[in-house]
Amino acid sequence: MANYETHEFDVIVIGAGGAGLRAAIEASAQGATVGLVCKSLLGKAHTVMAEGGIAAALANVDPQDGWETHFRDTMKGGKMLNNWRMAQLHAQEAPDRVKELERWGAVFDRTKEGKILQRAFGGHTWKRLCHVGDRTGLEMIRTLQDKGVHQGISIYMECTISRLLKEGNKVCGAFGYYREDGRYVLFKAKAVVLATGGVGRAFPVTSNSWEYTADGHGLAYEAGADLIDMEFVQFHPTGMVWPPGVKGLLVTEAVRGEGGILRNNKGERFMFKYLPEATKHEFADTEEEAKRWTDAAVAGTKTDARRPPELSTRDNVARAIYTEVKEGRGSPHGGAFLDISYQDSERVKKKLPSMYHQFKELADVDITQVPMEVGPTMHYIMGGVRVDADTGASRVPGLYAAGEVAGGMHGANRLGGNSLSDLVVFGRIAGLGAANYAKAQSSFSSIPEKEIQSAIDELEAPLARKGGPNPYDLQKQLNDIMGTYVGIFREEKDLETGIAGLEKLKEEIKKVSSPGSRVYNPGWHLALNLKTMMVASEAIARAALLRKESRGAHSRLDFTKTEDEYGTFNIASSDDNGKMKLDKTPLPEMPADLEKLFAKKEPAHA
Amino acid sequence: MREATLKVSCGDKDNAEFKTYKVPIEEGMVVLDAIHYIQAHMEPELAVRWNCKAAKCGSCSAEVNGHPSLMCKSRLDHFAEGEEITVEPIKAFPRIKDLVTDVSWNYETNKKIPPFKPKKDADWTFYQEDIERVQEFRKCIECFLCQDVCHVLRDHDRKDAFVGPRFLVRTAGLEMHPLDTDNRAEFLKDHAGIGFCNITKCCTEVCPESIHITDNAIIPLKERVVDQFYDPVLWFFRKLFGKA
Ligand SMILES: Cc1cc2nc3c(=O)[nH]c(=O)nc-3n(C[C@H](O)[C@H](O)[C@H](O)COP(=O)(O)OP(=O)(O)OC[C@H]3O[C@@H](n4cnc5c(N)ncnc54)[C@H](O)[C@@H]3O)c2cc1C
Ligand code: SF4
Ligand code: SF4
Ligand code: FES
Repeated sequence: MANYETHEFDVIVIGAGGAGLRAAIEASAQGATVGLVCKSLLGKAHTVMAEGGIAAALANVDPQDGWETHFRDTMKGGKMLNNWRMAQLHAQEAPDRVKELERWGAVFDRTKEGKILQRAFGGHTWKRLCHVGDRTGLEMIRTLQDKGVHQGISIYMECTISRLLKEGNKVCGAFGYYREDGRYVLFKAKAVVLATGGVGRAFPVTSNSWEYTADGHGLAYEAGADLIDMEFVQFHPTGMVWPPGVKGLLVTEAVRGEGGILRNNKGERFMFKYLPEATKHEFADTEEEAKRWTDAAVAGTKTDARRPPELSTRDNVARAIYTEVKEGRGSPHGGAFLDISYQDSERVKKKLPSMYHQFKELADVDITQVPMEVGPTMHYIMGGVRVDADTGASRVPGLYAAGEVAGGMHGANRLGGNSLSDLVVFGRIAGLGAANYAKAQSSFSSIPEKEIQSAIDELEAPLARKGGPNPYDLQKQLNDIMGTYVGIFREEKDLETGIAGLEKLKEEIKKVSSPGSRVYNPGWHLALNLKTMMVASEAIARAALLRKESRGAHSRLDFTKTEDEYGTFNIASSDDNGKMKLDKTPLPEMPADLEKLFAKKEPAHA
Repeated sequence: MREATLKVSCGDKDNAEFKTYKVPIEEGMVVLDAIHYIQAHMEPELAVRWNCKAAKCGSCSAEVNGHPSLMCKSRLDHFAEGEEITVEPIKAFPRIKDLVTDVSWNYETNKKIPPFKPKKDADWTFYQEDIERVQEFRKCIECFLCQDVCHVLRDHDRKDAFVGPRFLVRTAGLEMHPLDTDNRAEFLKDHAGIGFCNITKCCTEVCPESIHITDNAIIPLKERVVDQFYDPVLWFFRKLFGKA
């Protein structure tokens, strides 16, 4: 019999970022026994890297704000493809979740009145992002981590789940290994929450860490869930472009929120010319007006000036920079100039401390003196496991998802700051949903030994195989395909070439071999993650081919317009006997009272 | 092309040796890039921890030429041309493999700190000037480099009695929160072992977040312990009229 340890929990949460921690805290508060598993050490999940802030309509700075406006901004940012119910719950509950973080010990920056300070961000009508300088994610994860630890959640660190186990059609456990020594572990559970984050490592230039190998996307797909909106991949407009070792590293949008200006190599403030007609009226139309807005924001006073054009949504800004560079107006290392150096240098250091250090130490650039060079970097995936808005349940009984791995909330494009709020709102909802589901299950399922043996065989295959391709080379090939054919601008023939390349690569991946033992072996770990990255990559490319229009983060050179008929469905990818099947599934219909919010005229700007 | 010579300490807790690698240098490269290069081209098994590559997560701690550092912040061009760069795991904790150490003791220690206990009737109004200190402490990325250099943990291995600078910083963050009501003086004295610290300031010197660990966290905490246990009247007044 195979050798592995076994644990039983009512709810097992896979992933210890903001979503997973919040889910675990909730499930435990509901009386469920909870196990929490993560690939890294606790507190190192991607959430720790979030910088700019968490969006919640607290209206501490701009009293006109409210959940309706946040809801509307989110839907408009997502080009109306969002699951309206998720966007509604998100906007309504985010303020409570932020206050809850404060009550659990998070220390946000303050307004002069002693309330939580909020800053401007792209696509948000009002100043809405609660923040701690530019290390908001660290504050959030530490707060949740300490709360979780004192709540008696059992935590399994540096432990990777490689397979979900099912009894009949329902999920009843998860199997994996400890990175430390390759020891195997079985978690029997009544319900499983996926909170594994994103897919960035499939792309060559990304702000994402090694953990983002689409594990949850792949696990859910394999277990029978469907993935929606996978064609929508967010390229953040401002990643570092130089030096090569840090290419792709994020430059927070807070730089623009604090007044950062984008220029090309001719000194032109180019964003004015890239504002879409539909939203142009929301932005300043002269440098003078933009300056008045920034001056007022810095001083904390009111103004009738409209926002600077740099605060357009991420998809627009990313395309603008890409186009400027392509047309020969880029900076020396192939980006655009982002300038905050015109402001008081002490203020810049105070408001953007980690950006200051990041550039100073890694690029020898003092951002209080000279502009930064920035360009698009793959940052976030809007697509993910389709879930029920009110419970976080996927279509597979017993399987829940929350955070970046879940789809629907952000539609075709996510607004900055809406992820951290998504994590706590839907982390809580999924934790609650999973705990309730677990309560209704009378006992743990028994898991046939042969299922477990097959999971072990899969894990051991790359170690046993000799002379196959190296996992690092395969990842590089995958990156080349995604970067070249499935990037920021897409076209039919490119996507077809990309898909053909992926098909070939899929066969190569089956032959991967990694030398060495099961003891802390990164080559082996990567070999095991190629499969899940492949699932996500294929879903992205196929859905992108099927969507013959441009919408939000999805830009087609051969179909440049947004088409009404494409605004009525999501594209869902699922497994059909080993082949990927794509369906156009109708968008949930928005009730009339919410529909009304979009007919109303825009409010005047403060 | 210019090359860097890296001597990487490889092995487990019982057996370790230095292995030498030559890595081509790109502009702006850091030690962690060089380690990744070795993984991708020479030694796929080489064990290392990292996440953010931007000095934000505290995963990639190591001793580079004997100096406790984040590998993602250690630029290769800061070493002299031709200088050998040695990379070793942090030494205060047992090695698992190559550059990865078993830091689980830190997570166990963290659990013992009495949690945040806010005022019951708080209206949650407080001002930026009240939290500057607390925010400084909360910048900690848990790299454990301070734990690595503290002689109480590293040389005397008093993990049974002393929580180390990292967790004194965390305790200070709770104690100085304007709305916290708990009193951790007894914890500090009897469980955290604050008396073991003799203010050598080695921890402050290596902190990548530039937290003034000794001056701003440890010394004020020591004063609190002294006040409470050796000057109860003063302590009583502090409790009555606010902590800070
Ligand atoms: C640099 C950067 C800055 C950002 N700034 C902001 C911001 O200012 N505001 C904002 O709203 N959003 C921001 N985002 C986005 C946001 O941080 C992420 O989308 C969010 O943190 C994802 O959280 P999560 O809980 O879904 O996943 P994560 O925090 O990534 O956690 C995933 C967890 O799953 C675990 N895991 C994965 N696979 C497995 C497996 N197979 N087995 C076991 N465990 C597994 C991982 O170990 C990890 O613990 C930023 C992102 C980046 C990269
Ligand atoms: S100052 Fe105290 S805690 Fe810091 S290294 Fe010295 S003895 Fe250790
Ligand atoms: S206090 Fe500084 S050195 Fe110590 S763990 Fe935190 S960040 Fe690292
Ligand atoms: S990799 Fe995060 S601190 Fe170095």
